[in-house]
Amino acid sequence: MGEVVKITDVTKVYTMGDQRVEALRGVSFTVRQGEFVAIMGASGSGKSTCMNMLGCLDVPTSGEYLLEGVNVGGLSRNELAEIRNNKIGFVFQGFNLLPRTTARENVELPLVYARMPAAARRERALAALERVGLAGRADHYSNQLSGGQQQRVAIARALVNEPAIIMADEPTGNLDSRTTVEIMAIFQELNRHGITILMVTHEPDVAAFTGRHLVFRDGTIIADTPNPSPAVAVTHEEAP
Amino acid sequence: MTTLWQSLLIALRALRVNKMRALLTMLGIIIGIAAVIAMVAIGAGASKMISDQISSIGSNLLLVLPGSTTSGGLRTGAGGTPTLTYDDARAIQTECPSVENVAPTVRGSAQIVYGNQNWSTIVMGCTPEMLVVRDWPLTTGRNISQSDVDGATKNCIIGQTVAENLFGDADPIGKIIRIKKIPFTVIGLLDHKGQSPQGTDQDDVIFVPLRTAQRKLFGSQFPNTVGAMMIQAKSADVLKKAEEEVAALLDQRHRIGPSRERDFTVRNLSEILAVSEQSSKVMSILLGAVASISLVVGGIGIMNIMLVSVTERTREIGIRMAIGAKQRDILLQFLTEAVLLTTVGGIIGMGLGVVGAMAVSKIMQWPTLISTEAIVIAFLFSAGVGVFFGFYPARKAANLNPIEALRYE
Ligand SMILES: Nc1ncnc2c1ncn2[C@@H]1O[C@H](COP(=O)(O)OP(=O)(O)OP(=O)(O)O)[C@@H](O)[C@H]1O
Ligand SMILES: [Mg+2]
Repeated sequence: MGEVVKITDVTKVYTMGDQRVEALRGVSFTVRQGEFVAIMGASGSGKSTCMNMLGCLDVPTSGEYLLEGVNVGGLSRNELAEIRNNKIGFVFQGFNLLPRTTARENVELPLVYARMPAAARRERALAALERVGLAGRADHYSNQLSGGQQQRVAIARALVNEPAIIMADEPTGNLDSRTTVEIMAIFQELNRHGITILMVTHEPDVAAFTGRHLVFRDGTIIADTPNPSPAVAVTHEEAP
Repeated sequence: MTTLWQSLLIALRALRVNKMRALLTMLGIIIGIAAVIAMVAIGAGASKMISDQISSIGSNLLLVLPGSTTSGGLRTGAGGTPTLTYDDARAIQTECPSVENVAPTVRGSAQIVYGNQNWSTIVMGCTPEMLVVRDWPLTTGRNISQSDVDGATKNCIIGQTVAENLFGDADPIGKIIRIKKIPFTVIGLLDHKGQSPQGTDQDDVIFVPLRTAQRKLFGSQFPNTVGAMMIQAKSADVLKKAEEEVAALLDQRHRIGPSRERDFTVRNLSEILAVSEQSSKVMSILLGAVASISLVVGGIGIMNIMLVSVTERTREIGIRMAIGAKQRDILLQFLTEAVLLTTVGGIIGMGLGVVGAMAVSKIMQWPTLISTEAIVIAFLFSAGVGVFFGFYPARKAANLNPIEALRYE
């Protein structure tokens, strides 16, 4: 199986005036095709910084980042935007859907920026909504949906461009435990179909659904342990 | 193309969300464009009116008036004393090489009677050259001839206003009218001429042979004198030269020297009128400029609201960037929104401007001229204002850092 993400000795330093914050101090790891990885660690340990960098929203201060074997370092803003558009799917803690916009239109958005014709866009968006179990809500506005439903729309949006990897930064942080399980069930289902997922979480219960745990502390990785028998997310609807 | 269409859809949606704000923002542009359209229409109407009047007077004209403009601190006023004679006119005609035609006149007002109709009007004694100089054709009948002048016949030609008032629709030719109780035969009817630059009705006039006027109508103690003389130069190029020749000849004939002040005034009529045409053009440019200022103010309003919009939608911009919008996509989105605001405002403003101009011409009897040119320019200008004032906010949006934009609350 190919390496989707490979970072070597990555550092990230924020300078604010004369203050230096070393958010990442030499991080190296590899994520292979089809893995479901949880990134854990205390608050301020550098998880989001790392995710932003992996998601090509930010560039490392030093170190090398290969995405599907392509060196991302030194790319222009435009090229990074293109990579975010067709190789990466984001899921945020706060859902980040566009207000006053329907579920389908939200899901179509990455395809709009990929310059896809409207008819094909619509078809792909409906298919993605179907995968997260929201086919019936395609024409609902984002503010008419519950938190869990909004996050499922966000996952559909992350999926729709068939990215190399889905990056989720605390996707269940704003959800209750039942909805959390629903979201994890969707992630596990997608992962079963070969989609690579990288997810930041604080909760060991959530991490338990993944196949590998990366633990951050003070900008470095202190543990990288496989989880050979992840918990199976069972939603109430599916329970007997 | 698809992206432009997308930007347009996004912009329309954004404007729909804030309808009231969009309308208020557009108001500046609406007022600006309406003002420009109306002002330009009014200005163009005025200058067309003036240039029409100027061509109605005739071209390459000099006006010679008796009396001096100033005489030793005491102003006599041009036309004050009868110092010009018919012989002066004939001398100018024969001796000034740059002069094409001379039309001496005697002028007075008189009561006209035809049957039970009567009418008070201007009666002018003139020579056949009058109609040539004034470039004034006849509708029917014939001009006053030289033999009419020499024989002091009681023939006359009448203007349209006089004809209407005395004869209504009937043919005036051959009818006998009484001017100051003296019977005259109408031999010609003048074409419609309209208003003079001074606003008088040029059609309210009767022309009679010069001699007839001098001897029978306005008989004075100086029977050979004439009032004003209209002189037409051979061309616009020699107008100045003709002016000098006429002045020199009259100086010589009137023995004007160091000890004797000039008793006549030569005025370049075309020049005076050209100046008034010029000033009306300057006026319309000025009006347009003042109106443009409100357009600039409107543009600043657009810029202001677009900056607010960018700040309000920082998070949205972050989301769009995170899922792959390039800087130019964001730039185009906000630029489209600004241009949409200004062009919609521009179109509304154009409508109001046209209506306003028509209202002015209706209510104030002031001519207006709405050119498609002005409308096209105003439309392009309003779009230009959108691009110009929308660019800075749009660029600000496009240059946002995606992470910071996403974190914005
Ligand atoms: N834009 C920034 N400017 C300066 N310092 C920053 C910036 N972003 C993050 N940091 C700092 O970098 C460090 C790592 O932050 P990061 O957001 O990656 O932590 P985290 O592991 O995601 O924490 P949490 O679990 O609370 O989300 C923190 O000390 C933070 O203050
Ligand atoms: Mg974080």
